[in-house]
Amino acid sequence: MATTTMPMAKAINAGLRRALEHDPKTLLMGEDIGALGGVFRVTEGLQKDFGEDRVVDTPLAESGILGTAIGLAMRGYRPVCEIQFDAFVFPAYDQITTQLAKMRYRTRGRVPMPVVIRIPFGGGIGAIEHHSESPEVLFAHTPGLRVVAPSTAQDAYTMIQEAVASPDPVLFFEPKGRYWEKGEVDLDAPVRGGAGLEGARVVRPGTDVTVVAYGPTVHTALKAAEVAASEGTSLEVVDLRSVSPIDVPTVVASVRRTGRCVVVHEAPTFLGAGAEVAARVTEECFYELEAPVLRVGGFHTPYPVSKIEHDYLPNVDRVLDAVDRTLTF
Amino acid sequence: MSASLTGEETLVQLVAPDGADATSSPSSDPYRERAAHIVGPDADPEILRGMYRDMVLVRRFDQEGTSLQRQGELGLFPQLLGQEAAQIGSGRALRPADFVFPSYREHGVAWTRGMDLTDLLKIFRGIDHGGWDPAEHNFHVYTLVIGSHTLHATGYAMGVQRDGLVGTGDPDKDMAVVAYFGDGATSQGDVSEALGFAAVNNAPLVLFCQNNQWAISLPVEKQSRAPLYQRGWGFGVPSVQVDGNDVVACWAVMDEALERARSGGGPTFVEAVTYRMGAHTTSDDPTRYRTSAEEASWAERDPIARVHARLVAAGWWTDEDDAALDAEADALGVHVREVTRAFAAPAPESMFDEVYGSPNGQVEAERTWFAQYEAALAAGEGEA
Repeated sequence: MATTTMPMAKAINAGLRRALEHDPKTLLMGEDIGALGGVFRVTEGLQKDFGEDRVVDTPLAESGILGTAIGLAMRGYRPVCEIQFDAFVFPAYDQITTQLAKMRYRTRGRVPMPVVIRIPFGGGIGAIEHHSESPEVLFAHTPGLRVVAPSTAQDAYTMIQEAVASPDPVLFFEPKGRYWEKGEVDLDAPVRGGAGLEGARVVRPGTDVTVVAYGPTVHTALKAAEVAASEGTSLEVVDLRSVSPIDVPTVVASVRRTGRCVVVHEAPTFLGAGAEVAARVTEECFYELEAPVLRVGGFHTPYPVSKIEHDYLPNVDRVLDAVDRTLTF
Repeated sequence: MSASLTGEETLVQLVAPDGADATSSPSSDPYRERAAHIVGPDADPEILRGMYRDMVLVRRFDQEGTSLQRQGELGLFPQLLGQEAAQIGSGRALRPADFVFPSYREHGVAWTRGMDLTDLLKIFRGIDHGGWDPAEHNFHVYTLVIGSHTLHATGYAMGVQRDGLVGTGDPDKDMAVVAYFGDGATSQGDVSEALGFAAVNNAPLVLFCQNNQWAISLPVEKQSRAPLYQRGWGFGVPSVQVDGNDVVACWAVMDEALERARSGGGPTFVEAVTYRMGAHTTSDDPTRYRTSAEEASWAERDPIARVHARLVAAGWWTDEDDAALDAEADALGVHVREVTRAFAAPAPESMFDEVYGSPNGQVEAERTWFAQYEAALAAGEGEA
């Protein structure tokens, strides 16, 4: 086992490199991903090693990137598109939702769409407007798309390869605030042809409250669990990993053990992924629940200015507040 | 042509509306040379006769589609009426290996690809969102969102480049990609992005715009201040304006553009100036927004009438040919009606198929629920 320690950004780079090596039909496309290596340097060095035809610097036009990626996929290629920042995806929203998501369905499976869209998402980095958003449910609500978000360097490394191997379009949300956090990565970890994208994971077992998170808030939930443990409360943390589909059985199994559930994400709670988790948990373990499912997340406001973003983002205190409320219900 | 948008000096026209040779002009003459085997002194009559036959048959198909909608057999039908020359002329320049991205009115191009036209009606009968296998005739399924597919065509062409199927000089290898769209699409950002991406990548692409003068109720004058063909030049893409009601000119312009694409010369933008003689679709009512005088003036430039006149004048067409073609069109009509009426709705549970290519927990859970619900309903009915 070739295990090494690296930041998440480097792990994605290593995963992309492996995908490029594995299949000559894999292409990277995006703005400034070549010589510059992307604004977050996630694609650093890849154009030098794989050439300009496989690591393609595109014009600054997101619809053009996605639209041409769809055409390349029709021709048998596996494009991996980088969207520079979360809120810059919207010029491509039409191509993603009306074309990419529906092409397989429209053609009864004759034209598959193995396209990956990498999107750095989430806040906490002190950025200007449009650079800190969490638009994942806008895609999760579109059938035909898969929506995933890794929370660790290891998952980032394997899941990006799973995403490339998947026969379906995958929105790959990268928690940019965690890009430089290091983690252990097994570089020989197996890739299961896209099958590794589904499935939530209990990342910290516990007995009192289930805390469900994905992407950047898994770290927050784990921190909260440490603090709670020191106060005698045992939190079980579930990393969803996939927002579409959601691994409901894993969440439900956990809540059946704990009887309580808190869902945490940076996106606004209103009609967010937490609302779906709450509904499914309520449907499937109504009699095991000791308290209503609570949500911790962003507010129904545009993402605020960076000087006050930490009042907007769910943090350890907000998670523990919800834990307390569910315990004292 | 509508005077505000076209100039005599740029429009490529080889056959005039009365069927005679069009006036010689610097813009048209090179194409006349290219089309010498169709309209030159030593032309082979069979080519123009074939084009005429194609146009007559797709017009018959168009009439059948409209009738089937009126009879309630189709939910909607978009007519190509008036655009036969643009589609048959350009379509006949294609080779089997070329790949076409149509919009939703390209019934004539589908015909030139050898498709059974009844496949086109599955969409409009509401039994299939696609209707055919794009790989079978290198003809992608119809795209309903205006202009989106111009980017797909561009990306496909970029793939063709990477596959090494451009500029090899081997006619069995080199291929071109074509996107068909209308004047309305040129207002969409995607079409401009397609021009930009195609240009900088030197993609083997032809962007074939049928300017039929109307985007539903909006005339082209309210869509663009500049003639549409000039769009291409701003992106560094060679652009041609052709009489879209002249089947021979459309063939010649397309033949040149395809040759450029296949040989590695990059993309071309073609504006075929034509007219949507019918409604936008069977749900539309053109009398609300355009005059009968305008329609009458375009009827005089009917793309089929001019070829008939030319064929007859050349002694290449007889009354017997008319009768034989009528019989052929009647047979096509019978085929279209019979096949379409027999198109059955798919099984309800098929709605869960091919949403994803890999097992998906959400869809599978809903498929299972639906099956159980249907079974319970059926059992309940059994008891009642």
